[in-house]
Amino acid sequence: MTQSPYATVDARPSPLRRLLPPPPGAAGPRGSTLLRHLVLAVLAGAAVVLLTNQLEPYRNLQVARVCAFLCVTAGFTILVGLNGQLSLGHGALMATGAYTVALVQRGLDGRDLRGQWSVPLSLLLAVAVTALLGLVIGLAAARLRGPYLAGVTLAVATLVPAVTTIFTGVFNGEQGLPFPVATPPAFLGAYFQPERWLAWIALLAALLTMLLMANLVRSRYGRSLRAVRDDEVAARLAGIHVARTQVLAFVVSAGCAGLGGGVYAVLTATVASGKFPLELSLFLLMAIVIGGLGSLAGAVWGALLLVALQDLPALLTEAFTLPGGLAQRLEGNLALAVFGLILIVVMLVAPGGLQDAVRKATARLGRRRPRPSR
Amino acid sequence: MTEPLLRVEGLHAGYGAVPVLRDVGLSVAARTITAVLGANGAGKTTLLRTLSGLLAPTAGRIVFDGADLRGVRVERLVHRGLAHVPEGRGVVAELTVDENLRLGGLWRRDRADARRALDEVYHLFEPLARRRQHAGHQLSGGERQMLALGRALVARPRLLLLDEPSLGLAPRVTAQIMALLQRLRDDTGLTVLLVEQNVRSALSVADQGVVMSLGRVAAATTATRLRDDEHLRHAYLGF
Amino acid sequence: MERFLFLTLDGLSTGAVYAAFALALVLIWRAARLVNFAQGAMAVATAYVGYAVVAATGSYWLGLAAAVLAGLLLGALVERVLMRFVGHANPLGDVIVALGLVLLIQAVLGMVFGNEYRPAAAPFDTDGLTVGGITAISPYDLWVFAAVAVVVVLLALLFTRTPIGLRMRASAFAPEVSRLLGVDVNRMLTVGWALAAAVGALAGMLVIPTGLGLHPHAMDLVFVIAFTAAVVGGLDSPVGAVIGGLLVGLILSYVTGYLGPDTTPLAVLALLLAVLLVRPGGLFSGVRARQV
Ligand SMILES: Nc1ncnc2c1ncn2[C@@H]1O[C@H](COP(=O)(O)OP(=O)(O)O)[C@@H](O)[C@H]1O
Ligand SMILES: [Mg+2]
Repeated sequence: MTQSPYATVDARPSPLRRLLPPPPGAAGPRGSTLLRHLVLAVLAGAAVVLLTNQLEPYRNLQVARVCAFLCVTAGFTILVGLNGQLSLGHGALMATGAYTVALVQRGLDGRDLRGQWSVPLSLLLAVAVTALLGLVIGLAAARLRGPYLAGVTLAVATLVPAVTTIFTGVFNGEQGLPFPVATPPAFLGAYFQPERWLAWIALLAALLTMLLMANLVRSRYGRSLRAVRDDEVAARLAGIHVARTQVLAFVVSAGCAGLGGGVYAVLTATVASGKFPLELSLFLLMAIVIGGLGSLAGAVWGALLLVALQDLPALLTEAFTLPGGLAQRLEGNLALAVFGLILIVVMLVAPGGLQDAVRKATARLGRRRPRPSR
Repeated sequence: MTEPLLRVEGLHAGYGAVPVLRDVGLSVAARTITAVLGANGAGKTTLLRTLSGLLAPTAGRIVFDGADLRGVRVERLVHRGLAHVPEGRGVVAELTVDENLRLGGLWRRDRADARRALDEVYHLFEPLARRRQHAGHQLSGGERQMLALGRALVARPRLLLLDEPSLGLAPRVTAQIMALLQRLRDDTGLTVLLVEQNVRSALSVADQGVVMSLGRVAAATTATRLRDDEHLRHAYLGF
Repeated sequence: MERFLFLTLDGLSTGAVYAAFALALVLIWRAARLVNFAQGAMAVATAYVGYAVVAATGSYWLGLAAAVLAGLLLGALVERVLMRFVGHANPLGDVIVALGLVLLIQAVLGMVFGNEYRPAAAPFDTDGLTVGGITAISPYDLWVFAAVAVVVVLLALLFTRTPIGLRMRASAFAPEVSRLLGVDVNRMLTVGWALAAAVGALAGMLVIPTGLGLHPHAMDLVFVIAFTAAVVGGLDSPVGAVIGGLLVGLILSYVTGYLGPDTTPLAVLALLLAVLLVRPGGLFSGVRARQV
């Protein structure tokens, strides 16, 4: 393997693993948390920026897609893993962000209002609109438990094609909405790789999300999230406003999903309902479970997994020459079957997910080697 | 001396990492009533749950009718002649009286005798016969105890484990139940391990008494001696 | 008026299928206190088996029998191999495992049969009979009613009149007591899953010829609708599931009939939310409908 498509794997997890919520009682000096996360984010960002300078356009788009998914998985894992609320509708929330970006971009373009500020503006609006939707769902969710919440959010996930067809004047049905591509600013030079620029946009969004989520996890609010998940009654007795905490968790994770969906739209310069099927919501859940529920480092694994799920089929058909019909059947399905199986196995035997496995493995390695004292 | 129907040796059990029973030993002769007494939290319920396999012992032996019960699944014990009426009676509230009773005999191959046993129970407990089609949750406390006891009897057990049958019952009803246990012992040869807080009632019908304290057997002797030994009574039974 | 009549009969017919499917969900909920989110995918898998047998033998009835049998086996398998081992440490565990199963089943179906729609023939004419100038119920609708009615009656008899039905109810309500009384609670759980999956398989065979076609995702929306029906009736109540199914079928028929087919998911969500927020126990939670 000279050039792995997953080169970013090696570059990122090691610093990010430290973003994990520490075991209770192990929290470091409180004031420095933000600073430490900031330094880590800058370092990780610099590493990826350096990486993007080396990569060809297609690889840069892969990096960008990982970053877009990371926005989603980071918020999602906090909702499901830390707060114990299961949503099967996050694909629809991504779609909300994506359509918001498309509509804003088209609106600006129609009025000849173009500039580098249009992408951040549309992403900001995407976050706002999706968070608002998250508020609505969250208000209902705070009154629902377990399978009921799962069922309602699953119903939300089925809405995307329906809504885009009903309001076809706005969303243009299955055709969807193309919009102008985000081009690199002039000062980067005329020959700057556009895909690298997209990767940077996505990277910035992902780093911001991770930074915010990492601090949120470590904050008092993060502890409330866990307390509510572990025992609602005890949390209430401890003075935590359970419903408010749950609604807020939904709003935050919806905002993240909106951002991720928006970034995704920016990368493809188009949105269409077909990109947000029911399975997308299931894929997102699969990603954070296999990555490791409730862990931000696990969210990174999850984002990588989602891109792998998209790209493995093509890789597979390239690698093996299969008879036409068979190749067509295996494409997509094989990777999905494998990941579905992994999801089940992880849930049954290793609920900590990939991240937990990695941590245990490194701990074992660390025990063998004498550790430098800190 | 003949082999007792139930022999427990060095039994240890608990919940998760919390040990409750420590080195419990006792033996119950056939055709006797043994009262298991002791304060709240002494481990009486835990003992019965371990005997019927709902809790796995961490050490020790349970020998019933000459065979070690280790590894025998809970649902098979009734085939061997062991019936357990759990604390709180365990009447299935959603099922009718008749269904509850039939449930007690479903495992039996001898359908005719199961039906006969059912009729006997209805004969024994008149109030149940009048309320066959009532749901379990419609019964009074005394009727529930009759139902739970009757359901155990449908299985024609040899050893009956009874966990606090008098709980929440009027003294008159408690006395009726104690008298019934005595009659079953004398007429059908039933062996009873009777957990009770109601020491006087229990000792009035028991042949033997076992006093538990903090998960151990503090004393085991005849019911008469327990009744008469002031020292024992003061130390463990509080009267 | 004629349209209204048509929509009513059509709604009752699809509602009957939803009722059967909701009944399958309720069976597992009562036995294991979990909603089987893989019910739809499992039903599709058995429908593929059914139609493979139809294609091989030319007989719809053999195919139907094969699908129901496959449902029995698949249900038992899923319980013995997967659901039994889901820990209770994570309360979301069973939903997530079921969803993993959905992905796995759909992927495997795609690999074996392909992802395109396959036509699935109905055993009876699906066009409505015209009586006195009014297009009314179709022979296929009648078959659906009959099949669902037979299943409902058989299940009711099974649960109220047979020893195994009594065992299943007892182990659902009071597992520990049932074990003390000699009931093999684990086996009852397996039987419950097998039964539910068989009912789901029948529902799948009934609904797929009505315009859905055979496809790995054919039951995605049907599952959500059936879940809604089960919630409307109260997850605990088989009678509620049947009434809920018919009710939801009617409502959706009117909504899609007058507002267009794309409104279905919106109507489903609205209905689901309305019931959950106003009467979380289901419309019939006040009624003691636990006897079946
Ligand atoms: N399910 C349980 N989990 C943990 N500890 C328990 C449980 N049930 C009982 N205990 C503990 O075991 C001890 C004995 O309880 P129990 O057998 O119910 O006593 P008794 O029946 O004599 O009142 C008590 O200290 C009680 O707190
Ligand atoms: Mg007790």
